[in-house]
Amino acid sequence: MTFSTDAGPVRAVEDVTFDVKPGEVLAVVGESGSGKSVSSRAAIGLLPDTARVTGTVLLGDRDVAGLSDKQFTALRGKDIAMVFQEPGAALDPLFTVGYQISEAIRAHTDVDRKQARDKAIDLLRLVRLPDPEQRYGFYPHQLSGGQKQRVVIACAIACDPEVILADEPTTALDVTVQAEILELLRDLRDRLGSAIVLITHNMGVVADLADRVVVMNAGKVIEIAAVAKLFAEPSQEYTRTLLAAVPHLGQGNPEHQAGPETKTETVLEIDGLSVEFPGAIGSAAFKAVDDVTFSIDRGKTLGLVGESGSGKSTIGRCVAALQKPTTGTVKILGQDITAMSEKQLRPVRAKFGFVFQDPATSLNPRLRVGDCVAEPLKVHKVVRGAECTARVAQLLDAVRLPKDTAARYPHELSGGQRQRANLARALALSPDLLVADEPTSALDVSVQASVLDLFEELQREWAFACLFISHDLAVVDRLADDVAVLRNGVLQEMGPRDQILRNPQTEYTQRLVAAVPVPDPEEQRRRREASAGLFD
Amino acid sequence: MTTVAGADTLVVEQPKSRGFPGLGLLRSTHGLQRATLVLGLVLVAGFILVALFAPLLARYGFAQTSADGVEFVRQQAPSAQHWFGTSVRGEDVYSRVIYGARTALMVIVLSLIISLLLGVVLGLVSGYRGGWLDRVLVLVMDALYAMPSLLLAIVVSIVLVAGQSGTLGGILSASVAIMAVFVPQYFRVVRNATLAVKVEPFVDAARVTGASTTRILFRHILSNVTSSLPVIITLNGAEAILTLAGLGFLGFGIEPTKAAEWGYDLNKALSDISNGIWWTAVFPGTAIVLAVLGMTLVGESINEVLNPLLRTRRAAN
Repeated sequence: MTFSTDAGPVRAVEDVTFDVKPGEVLAVVGESGSGKSVSSRAAIGLLPDTARVTGTVLLGDRDVAGLSDKQFTALRGKDIAMVFQEPGAALDPLFTVGYQISEAIRAHTDVDRKQARDKAIDLLRLVRLPDPEQRYGFYPHQLSGGQKQRVVIACAIACDPEVILADEPTTALDVTVQAEILELLRDLRDRLGSAIVLITHNMGVVADLADRVVVMNAGKVIEIAAVAKLFAEPSQEYTRTLLAAVPHLGQGNPEHQAGPETKTETVLEIDGLSVEFPGAIGSAAFKAVDDVTFSIDRGKTLGLVGESGSGKSTIGRCVAALQKPTTGTVKILGQDITAMSEKQLRPVRAKFGFVFQDPATSLNPRLRVGDCVAEPLKVHKVVRGAECTARVAQLLDAVRLPKDTAARYPHELSGGQRQRANLARALALSPDLLVADEPTSALDVSVQASVLDLFEELQREWAFACLFISHDLAVVDRLADDVAVLRNGVLQEMGPRDQILRNPQTEYTQRLVAAVPVPDPEEQRRRREASAGLFD
Repeated sequence: MTTVAGADTLVVEQPKSRGFPGLGLLRSTHGLQRATLVLGLVLVAGFILVALFAPLLARYGFAQTSADGVEFVRQQAPSAQHWFGTSVRGEDVYSRVIYGARTALMVIVLSLIISLLLGVVLGLVSGYRGGWLDRVLVLVMDALYAMPSLLLAIVVSIVLVAGQSGTLGGILSASVAIMAVFVPQYFRVVRNATLAVKVEPFVDAARVTGASTTRILFRHILSNVTSSLPVIITLNGAEAILTLAGLGFLGFGIEPTKAAEWGYDLNKALSDISNGIWWTAVFPGTAIVLAVLGMTLVGESINEVLNPLLRTRRAAN
């Protein structure tokens, strides 16, 4: 398959062959750009006009690769259906979910409105949406992310397709919701006997659901194997490195053991922090963060975990003084920053660095990387001229970026390199505190592993305190000394890492920990059975 | 996924502002789009060259009615001596058309510079600071936007110089009159782009480093909001010519003895047309059409090139 792009034709996928049998879950895994999505999308004819496909896609014994748009329309939904990554974007916000499912039914079967409605309600019941009769008339925005994904799945199975393509069906969802959706997919496969092609980058999901696995890299198939065999004894070098890079909850980190207890100074102190956002007219203000108190010592890392909407990013923004708290104080090295004006804050800002989630947008696209990294030095007038250039070179070297990076623009760098540049900028003034808001969630696992290694190493060397915000428990397990669990703005549980992740006390934390799929099919099955009671 | 890869290549392919201007643009087009761009660039280049070298190209001065003590024959048809004929006042039409390009270019450049400066600075501040300042500015700009542009230009021109004036004053007042029409456009584009850019993480990153507001505005935001400006600038250049010609046509332009101006000449040619004297109207009219066409073609082409959704690509193989 070839794409025409600005840079000339790009071979996205080359000589890829795989098959899936009825009742089987085939997982296609690979890092971004490996061609896992496009090769599957070719089967349903959902490729942009710029793509050219050669080869065959057999559905049953019919070749569908060369079909016209019109023929594909008849095929889609009926023989082959698709579940999209972002359930919010896959549903039309202007129609009720029930209408959208009936539409899918009526597109392929000759039924009247009433029958379609009944069928749609049956489907909603099948995907275990509570109160299907009532939910039928709901608009997408009235449902949560997980419920929307259930509706998308209901649309996909409306006409009993032989094959369901699920393109990262759980990536946009929280872990506890992900666990429920995976359970649903497993259940549907057993009941409907459809073949499921699961496209994902998450090895935990693969271990949880798949029967067979196709590993792809750079448009080529690296390995096809049964799931147990793949995890136990991968035959290819690439698969081995990929598996080794996946952070594994419960594995801990032998290198990152709590050192001897020495009392060091407290860098960050948060006391009774609350943040409220004004609600719509007539409704109460929304409390994003509710009376949160914690502190971090020099050289320590606090992992702040929680699902989306739990207020963890808001706390990060308060610490960085990008957001004014409603009540409570944030003290950095004993100075209360909540009461300061923007001008008073300026010298204090030199004491902390911030690493953002998305490396692509957190560097100014019009400035060279060197200028981006030098920005804090220039703003605080620490050094100038040749000395500044030398300092930037030092910083880039510290984060393992090649020397010529300074003269390049951010878009010329890969995601991992950009995040290193971000790290270099955050560390430019040797801060006492580093706030990292999901620094690795936009990166591929192998890149994530190396960035995390770098993180730890730099922390040992520079001894900064770190507030590490993440939704990924496995990453936190690897990096943090202490873990704080946040839910709906309220601190649920806080303590040393081993206590929280191995022996959680509150019910929510137990559920959160249990929901994380572990990249090991055997262990994952055990965990699933052990925690079956938690998700009802 | 694939979108990420796509975004990367797009940025790489965007024409760099360094190097020979227009060459990068040319390279990223093909087919009909390229033909349009080339035609537009040729017309604009011709217009600028004519304006710059007007004294060399013109055979007489723009207000000259006699040569070597001999008065020109009035309303004379095109001949070897007067390529485009002469006007009712006995001026050489060819020379006036040539010098008209110079006036037009000066007005375009002046009005664009003033309106760019004002519109961009106001838009940046208004978009970034928000609050009452933003509301007031948006209200004023929208009110200006609602006025018919020519009417607005006439009002400004009357207020400034009571309608008529000499060379520099005339050009300046015409520029300011046209500027009043353009400022709201730049303001809107820059303000909206600023609103979108100011929530980007890299702006937060700049705030976290402790950069001052001015530094954030001009170092971090400005370079990221100007990408759509070239399109408006060229399209506005075309509109500026039209507005200037309209002002001249209605009698609010520059005096004929102070500068040559196409719109004014067209006005004076009105009575000639019914008498079968075509050359006094056709040549200034054609000049206006060509200059505006060139600018519009370039503007539209830049728009299509910079917008990846409109850009056509060479098919694979």
